[in-house]
Amino acid sequence: MSDISIPAGRLSDLANPTRFLGFAGRTVPWLSAGAAIILGIGLWLSFAAPPDYQQGTTVRIMYIHVPFAWLAMLCYTIMAVSALGTLVWRHPLADVALKSAAPIGASFTFLALVTGSIWGKPMWGTWWVWDARLTSVFILFLMYLGLIALTRALDDPQKSARAAAVLTLIGFINIPIIKFSVDWWNTLHQGESIFRLDGPTIAPSMLWPLAVMAIGFTILFFALHLSAMRAEILRRRVISMRRMAARRADNG
Amino acid sequence: MYAHWDYAYFVGAAYGISAVVLLGLIGWIVLDQRGRRREIAELEASGIRRRSDDKPKGSKQ
Repeated sequence: MSDISIPAGRLSDLANPTRFLGFAGRTVPWLSAGAAIILGIGLWLSFAAPPDYQQGTTVRIMYIHVPFAWLAMLCYTIMAVSALGTLVWRHPLADVALKSAAPIGASFTFLALVTGSIWGKPMWGTWWVWDARLTSVFILFLMYLGLIALTRALDDPQKSARAAAVLTLIGFINIPIIKFSVDWWNTLHQGESIFRLDGPTIAPSMLWPLAVMAIGFTILFFALHLSAMRAEILRRRVISMRRMAARRADNG
Repeated sequence: MYAHWDYAYFVGAAYGISAVVLLGLIGWIVLDQRGRRREIAELEASGIRRRSDDKPKGSKQ
């Protein structure tokens, strides 16, 4: 028993909403400052990098499009882990994490679709094609919208928690489909060019700005997620305090 | 199809829309937090307290 008591203790520390608020309060300023500095450097690198010999200056759109697409999938993966936290471990903050991540994931997915579309017009000659990669990311965006609606449809967050967790896990099947769509189907969207067994196929002068922007946006995502979780915990406190006030009023 | 200098409009549009959406998201989350804190302060001022705020003896918090 004593062997598992230490990690279990740490887990229960994180599960305590009041302690989580303290943790988020200490962490968010550092994450925000880090994201601002790294994104500032990333922006400078993005516009200092040479234009691509084929894409010209539109290659700069890739420095934001690729991190947005990566975060669209990372956010959904975090929501799927949170869904397991709700269904399997009944972690008190799991539903808070799932619900507060959905609008952030929807925003990044929307931006991945829009920036990709803006790049596609001058490079492909069209704003949109229904190829496997674009369609599966569009489905991810619809999944986010559905989960936002579901997690906000009922006044009592406990009632929507299980349904949202089940729907999130069902929707997770889309993440490997997005990832491997460019391998499984013949798509207009290009194949994997960064995480390849034989190494990245991008020139270092363009890989660096991309890597720095990806790190910066990832830190920004965690700052936003922790802040949104804090707001959601406070919202649930307001609900429980209002219930107490109503009960007190009923009892005279 | 497009002159090379036209590409700058596409780059500007992509970065501009991204900035608007991300600043909107950040602003919404910050305002949401402030609004909930204000509501909690108002409820506490009217004498409503959560049971967990009544600290048990020996509690470290």
